[in-house]
Amino acid sequence: MDRGSLEALQLKRLRDTVQKLERVPFYHAKFEKSGLKPEDIKSTADIRRLPFTTAADLRENYPDGLLAVSRDEVVRLHTSSGTTGKPKALFFSRRDVDTAAELLARAFCMTGVTRRDVFQNMMSYGLFTGGLMMHYGAEKVGCMVIPSGPGTSERQLMLMQDFGTTVVHVTPSYAFYFADFLEKKGIDPRRQLALRKAFVGAEPYTEETRRKIEAALGVDVYNSYGLTEMNGPGVAFECEGKCGLHVWEDNFVMEIINPATGEPVGDGQTGELVLTSINREAMPLLRYRTRDLSSIIPEPCACGRTHRRLHRITGRSDDMLIVRGVNVFPQQIERVLMSIPQIGRNYLILLEGLDDMTVKVELSPSAFDGQVERLEELQNQVAEKLRAELWVRPKVDLVASGSLPVTEGKAKRVIDKRSL
Amino acid sequence: MNTVKLMAVFAENRPGQTARVTEILARANINIRCFTVASSGAFGVMKLMVNDPVRACQALQQEGFAATLTDVLAVEMADEPGALHRVAEGLATQHINLANTTGFVANQRAILVLEVENPAQVGEVLKQQGLHVLTQAEIMAI
Repeated sequence: MDRGSLEALQLKRLRDTVQKLERVPFYHAKFEKSGLKPEDIKSTADIRRLPFTTAADLRENYPDGLLAVSRDEVVRLHTSSGTTGKPKALFFSRRDVDTAAELLARAFCMTGVTRRDVFQNMMSYGLFTGGLMMHYGAEKVGCMVIPSGPGTSERQLMLMQDFGTTVVHVTPSYAFYFADFLEKKGIDPRRQLALRKAFVGAEPYTEETRRKIEAALGVDVYNSYGLTEMNGPGVAFECEGKCGLHVWEDNFVMEIINPATGEPVGDGQTGELVLTSINREAMPLLRYRTRDLSSIIPEPCACGRTHRRLHRITGRSDDMLIVRGVNVFPQQIERVLMSIPQIGRNYLILLEGLDDMTVKVELSPSAFDGQVERLEELQNQVAEKLRAELWVRPKVDLVASGSLPVTEGKAKRVIDKRSL
Repeated sequence: MNTVKLMAVFAENRPGQTARVTEILARANINIRCFTVASSGAFGVMKLMVNDPVRACQALQQEGFAATLTDVLAVEMADEPGALHRVAEGLATQHINLANTTGFVANQRAILVLEVENPAQVGEVLKQQGLHVLTQAEIMAI
């Protein structure tokens, strides 16, 4: 599709979306306040007249305040963890699920995946979109999909060997872990496995990590970007050029803004990625603040596609951490710790190795009764409460009261030494 | 029932932690009669029998340490083969579990230190077996 037709389609879909959202009380109130009418959107640049939607808006409208269709139209619910106890709830109609699968199928075809491929999906299924949506996308291409999920490397390997897996979908941390496992087993993936491609995502990683995974597994690694608030994983993907992620602009309008002012920054400059879903039925969102930092690559790609590209995500404009593919906010940890009287409010998050999270917490002197067993129980109790809140079980270390830094904020509370 | 005070100190499991504790106790002129460390991953618990438990505990707490006193049993045994076995068997027949236990020999006297949930009851069992349960003053005089 040439750029002109693509932009015309974007505009049409954007206007339809605004019209549709007039029925959603949250957006209706915002349009009323600013006096905006769907007709006022005369070009995609007019998107700046639309209100932002934030993670806080999703939480405040939990569970279904932003639903744009009747519940009967909804065929799927996914959630994304947030900074407070309640997750963000995202609804999908049948067409939304099909569209998400379609966008993923496009991405797979773009890298040369065909119906002859065997696609092993080593990602979590469940409320997290990354597992299920990629599964649907690979099925749409016609691959044989093996829904192996994460964990048990022995079984992953058995499936790869017995069914000739050619493509995997995996987090960078698990890719490293699995490469280590193969090495210990004395298996050379180049000669003994049929692997040729890996879609690596759900956590940001560097170019160096890509090269390491490629070398360790003998595959081509393609970066992917998505978020549950949009369609899940299929927002932006790399083509065979591996030089930035093509955003499916017929489905999303992307903007890069200065996170402090909300004003747009120039092409090529880094800022917060803002996405508007313009082809969603059940729950379109206007100008969603992703908090992910990136920049637009304005130049056309050598592959010839007109969908513009994003640089790989370089960080977050808030305190969010991604651990084993799961979003973790330091505030969540703080809240859990405050509910446990035997420990203090201070904590330190240590991220090491591939993706190991240790939370250091201070033992309240009054809770100490001299029993090692009781302290071990307390450590387990804290780890279990954190697991229930974060969906990731950290290692918990009890330390002496007063031994941790007391300042607020991620900089002092998080030490990230991961090799990703 | 005679019991003695055992001081427990929480410390992180890294070099220099014991030295910090012993330095504070030395400065407070505290004499240590018995010392053990049980470590579990990132932390450890030091257990000490000292000549002035209350003052030792305060000295450590003032320096920010989590320290606490518990009542334990100190039992004198014969310093000969089979002595510990007789005690252990006696407790076993009464279904008493030995968890945190340590022992030492000083001046030809063998002392077994038992941390139990119910010192009064266990002390009675030991007395019935003809064993002497020491007082705080006795343990300091060894």
